[in-house]
Amino acid sequence: MTKGLKKYLKKKIFWFIVTFIAAIILNFILPRMMPGDPVNAIVGKSISPGATAEQVQEQIAFYKHQFGLDKSLLGQFGDFVKNAAKGTFGVSYNQYPRTVSDIIGSGIWWTIALQLPAILVGWILGNLLGAVAAYKRGIWDKAFMPASLFLSAIPAFGAAVILLVVFAVNLKIAPVNGAYDPGMIPSFTPKFIASVIAHYQLPFWSIVIISIGGQAVGMRSMSIYELNADYVKYARFLGIKDSKIVRYVFRNAMLPQVTGLAMSIGSMVGGALVAETIFSYPGLGMAMLNAIGSSDYPVISAITLIITVMVLLASFLLDIIYAFIDPRVKAAQFE
Amino acid sequence: MKNTLRSVFHSPRFVVGFVIFMAILLTTLIYPFFVTRDPLQGLGKGFLAPGTYVSVYDTNTAQTYRVELPEANANRMESIVPMEDRVTIIEFLTAKGVDVSHLTTDNSDVAVLVSQWKENYDEADVKKSKYPGFTTQAKRKALARLDKRLSGNQSLAAMNVTLGDGEDAATTKVADSDYVKVSEVANAITLPLGTDNFGRDTLTELVKATGVSLLIGLIAGTVATLLGLIVGLLAGYVGGLLDDILMFIANLFTVIPGFVLLILIYYSIGQSARGVTTCALVIGFTSWVWTARSVRSQVISLRNRDHVNLSKLSGHSLVRIVVTDILPYIASYVVMAFILQVSSGILAEAQLSLLGLGPKTTEVPTLGLMMNWAKLFGAYTSSNAWWAYFPVILVIALISFSLNLMNTGLDQVFNPALRD
Repeated sequence: MTKGLKKYLKKKIFWFIVTFIAAIILNFILPRMMPGDPVNAIVGKSISPGATAEQVQEQIAFYKHQFGLDKSLLGQFGDFVKNAAKGTFGVSYNQYPRTVSDIIGSGIWWTIALQLPAILVGWILGNLLGAVAAYKRGIWDKAFMPASLFLSAIPAFGAAVILLVVFAVNLKIAPVNGAYDPGMIPSFTPKFIASVIAHYQLPFWSIVIISIGGQAVGMRSMSIYELNADYVKYARFLGIKDSKIVRYVFRNAMLPQVTGLAMSIGSMVGGALVAETIFSYPGLGMAMLNAIGSSDYPVISAITLIITVMVLLASFLLDIIYAFIDPRVKAAQFE
Repeated sequence: MKNTLRSVFHSPRFVVGFVIFMAILLTTLIYPFFVTRDPLQGLGKGFLAPGTYVSVYDTNTAQTYRVELPEANANRMESIVPMEDRVTIIEFLTAKGVDVSHLTTDNSDVAVLVSQWKENYDEADVKKSKYPGFTTQAKRKALARLDKRLSGNQSLAAMNVTLGDGEDAATTKVADSDYVKVSEVANAITLPLGTDNFGRDTLTELVKATGVSLLIGLIAGTVATLLGLIVGLLAGYVGGLLDDILMFIANLFTVIPGFVLLILIYYSIGQSARGVTTCALVIGFTSWVWTARSVRSQVISLRNRDHVNLSKLSGHSLVRIVVTDILPYIASYVVMAFILQVSSGILAEAQLSLLGLGPKTTEVPTLGLMMNWAKLFGAYTSSNAWWAYFPVILVIALISFSLNLMNTGLDQVFNPALRD
């Protein structure tokens, strides 16, 4: 390991830790700046009519103690960090006494199972199409380019709504919403799995279609840029086989695309919001939206923390990987 | 400058994008001169399908003309007893065992079909007898609905219309060849895109919403580009500790994704403060990061150029060096970034509003609010009112398509390596 690389890594790790701490603080503070007192809302729901002022006060004090809201803000922050480190994230305000980790646990697998394959499939298909368009050019490219530009211009919710209306409402070949038939109990029976697969199609394809357009446009312009580079001309003069040159070209063109892939995997929970709301898919996006609607701070903080950690990890790993594989970053370390 | 503009307008992509965008922009500016109605005025209740609506009342008092359309009778039959119903009637009569072999679905047989239906259909009997093909609840309900339709005023002969009430009432006979001229009917309205759930004229609302959303995009894009430009220039040119601090803030904005930050800030500022302008400012404030990063990296590659060093040696101020020696080199990039920021600002508003986190306003519509209303009132599912959301999606897609086209066109002009 060179001295420059060591210095580079040290710097990256330092900023990783500082950003992480700042992100935890922000995740704690921002939701608590939201208007509305969650305890009053809970007491308002749970108290019996005709309760005396004393009883109300008692109830409020009880819940405040349960949630640790009677402590100072610093004490609350301590609890938040402690619970986050334990992985429980405390108790939900809105769905008391359910724990936050339970709410997240029931949503996160739906989100990952929906988003990860969709992002990967969209990414692979989009890059293939973009690379072929750049390499073949001609009519294929002339028709393809405006088409994928238009495809990438359709907003994510637009694609989701159109799929929903065409396939679920009019053709009735797919269910309208949810992740499985509401009458079923999750289990590993063939019937349940079939229902899950049927409910999976529309949200999945709505994500894939949107990402194909964007990826293809990006890959095409990167590939054209590389195909026109001097090293390609030089390699052609040397008489190197076309298939070999193409491999170099696409390997170089892939670099920014890999960044994009890592970042979209890192931010998939936030990206799931739209598809999940349109199809009422029970993932983390929906959980977060519900939590925002009911000022459920612990749930909001926990989910934003998950998003933050995922994005931070993705960008940190990219920085590290690039330091080893991209000569341009390597050179920059000695600046 | 003149040359640059000329080469920009020679790029077919840019021109196509520019034309689409200007067409949308001009429509939002000119349309209000022709339709002066308040875009949020309710004209009725609930979704009305696109079409021309003519007042029945005024039709009866309007001047009538004699027109003899050859296919008038067939059209009338078709609209009173559509083909689908005729098939159902024959299906039912056959199932019940009535001999219908001499009847067809032609217009000439419709009267007989209807009278046969009235003779033979009985709801209780159908329920009890379970005729083949009509055993399910849904099928029987469909029959009951058909009966209700047919038992209305179905006389195919001339109609009598009573005008006025009490002693002044006068009955006029309406012949099947009587017509009124639509422009002479006192009250008729054409709704090219129907109405939304509040009974508002969707087209007028859409035009207004497009204007408001473009304004949101413009504000958000300006804020984001300016912030990004300033941060990028400072971080890149000054460097050192300032660079570290600014990039740290930029990193924070990246790891707490813009969308989440937006939602949190948005909720923190409270419902009453969430107007259109605030919404635009918040979007701009959360999306400057990538502009700042790209500006910074370009400035870093520029700051050690000879002409910049010469300026430094001449003792020029920081502002002057940045404005005269660095900005011109990144100007084309900044313009492209601005275009993309406008487009993503419009999208961000639409997504936020769709999630119910958009501007809280009852005075103006936005594209996102229209999507949100369509979703809340079941335009996609129960009402199946495509006109309430599909044009909105199309307009959003066209706006970002045109802006993206302009952007790639500019990219090709300013970036010779990308040229075909």
